[in-house]
Amino acid sequence: MEPIAIISIFVLAVFVGFEVVSKVSSTLHTPLMSGANAIHGVILVGAIIVASHSETNLELGLSVAAIILATINMIGGFVVTDRMLEMFKGKKKEAK
Amino acid sequence: MSTFVYDLIGLSAGICFVLALKGLSSPKSARRGNLIGALGATIATAVIFFYAKPESDGTPTSLPIENLGWILGAMAIGTLIGVPAAKKVQMTQMPQLVALFNGVGGGAAALVAIVEYLSLGNDATTAEVIATVFTVVVGCVSFSGSIITFMKLQELMTTRPVVFPGGRFVIAGTLVAVLGVSGWVVVALGTTPLLILAALSLLFGILFVLPVGGADVPIVISLLNAFTGLTVAASGYVLDSTMLIIAGTLVGASGTILTRMMAEAMGRSLFGTLFGAFTAKPQEASGAAEERPVRSGSPDDVAILLNYARRVVIVPGFGLAVAQAQHTVRELADLLIAKGIDVAYGIHPVAGRMPGHMNVLLAEANVPYEQLAEMDEVNPTFGQTDVAIVIGANDVVNPAAETTPGCPIYGMPILQVSNAANVIFLKRSMRPGFAGIENELLYDPKTMLLFGDAKASLTKVVSALKGL
Repeated sequence: MEPIAIISIFVLAVFVGFEVVSKVSSTLHTPLMSGANAIHGVILVGAIIVASHSETNLELGLSVAAIILATINMIGGFVVTDRMLEMFKGKKKEAK
Repeated sequence: MSTFVYDLIGLSAGICFVLALKGLSSPKSARRGNLIGALGATIATAVIFFYAKPESDGTPTSLPIENLGWILGAMAIGTLIGVPAAKKVQMTQMPQLVALFNGVGGGAAALVAIVEYLSLGNDATTAEVIATVFTVVVGCVSFSGSIITFMKLQELMTTRPVVFPGGRFVIAGTLVAVLGVSGWVVVALGTTPLLILAALSLLFGILFVLPVGGADVPIVISLLNAFTGLTVAASGYVLDSTMLIIAGTLVGASGTILTRMMAEAMGRSLFGTLFGAFTAKPQEASGAAEERPVRSGSPDDVAILLNYARRVVIVPGFGLAVAQAQHTVRELADLLIAKGIDVAYGIHPVAGRMPGHMNVLLAEANVPYEQLAEMDEVNPTFGQTDVAIVIGANDVVNPAAETTPGCPIYGMPILQVSNAANVIFLKRSMRPGFAGIENELLYDPKTMLLFGDAKASLTKVVSALKGL
């Protein structure tokens, strides 16, 4: 990929990242951190890519370890965030 | 599947992540936001299995991708570990689980970078090597740093800053070594320097987090979370995946803002927290426990005080959650409201172990949202408050944050319960709070202490109140 394309994607994503969370009440800091934490679990994709072209046992062993860790991060992260947010349900009913 | 379609699907996953962060920023859409994020991650993961990436010289390859059995097996193991951990964890222990999940994500990013480096060998461009070095260093720091924050929060080790003589020189030395070896890897290439670099980075992560005091731990978790995001972006560059660049950068940027917001809510300077390692001085051993008189009361005394109050503010802290007393405190509040007493919960932004943690815990006990007052709302009302009940909280009401320059929490905004006519502390013992600082308010003549487990004490107060 062209370096300028990569730099553009990076810079624009930085601004989007800044903007979307610029006004969050402290109530949501913990779930937001946990949700963002789960999103970076998509490093799983990277782990699968390197596993799929691993040729030596060392490479395969390390990438299998990476897949296990990344899966824990991603799936565990989304599940625990959902559990946290589930608790806010009660107040939504009352708002109606 | 053509490369174009594959990239397009990757982009749609990226859009999901933007919508997820946007959704998580507002209480109404937060849960949906998280599910959209999960959807994006599922799409991004599923699509790799249907795309055979051509060799670098353009030769097409065929499906299924190689090592499929290993890949699926590893994903199954990860799921079997991650899901039960996330489902079973008690809400009080959730901050350390988030820290742990973040750490393993950083570890995964570092491993991916190492494997890609091994397979590229000498074909790697300088830019790719730099991105690899960045991922290995930051991923390893995030991994070992998160393990230490986990141990601090789980109280497997002391929550106080760990500072040893000459510590700052050791840390600075390790940092210099990390930078030096990084340069060595870029210039000389080779597996051995990269592994030395990984080891040094793991060490640096430990040294970096050890001097951080208990109250600052959440800020560090948030910061390491942003770090891990950036490593994912760097891996995306090496692996030529736009989706990973977008996802990683989003987390890196939003994590940085979130870290700053948390630091502001706690009245800490981000810079001070980050470089605390370099400025922390060994703390003087606090004076031997002084034998000063305190006024302790019985559950009946507390009930009488509450019965004749017009306005009561409940200040819950982590101790409430540990005692699982959320439901009992709600029972008490309902009883007081039935007697026509004005009741509010004063929630400090960092009550619990993380910003917003207490709101999650009280929501779990079905406390009506309208009764939860944020610090800025409740502070001006303490002057008209007859009784403030502090349950298992300490640092967040400690006047030392306003009056004692130089104490570790100085400058942190507090709930000014000392302005209330009466203060009741429910405490297990005279032990100081998480930050390890003595609280003068405990010795104030208008303060009454009710010792014991928060849940047992509250139950007694409730039954005493019913009898009045």
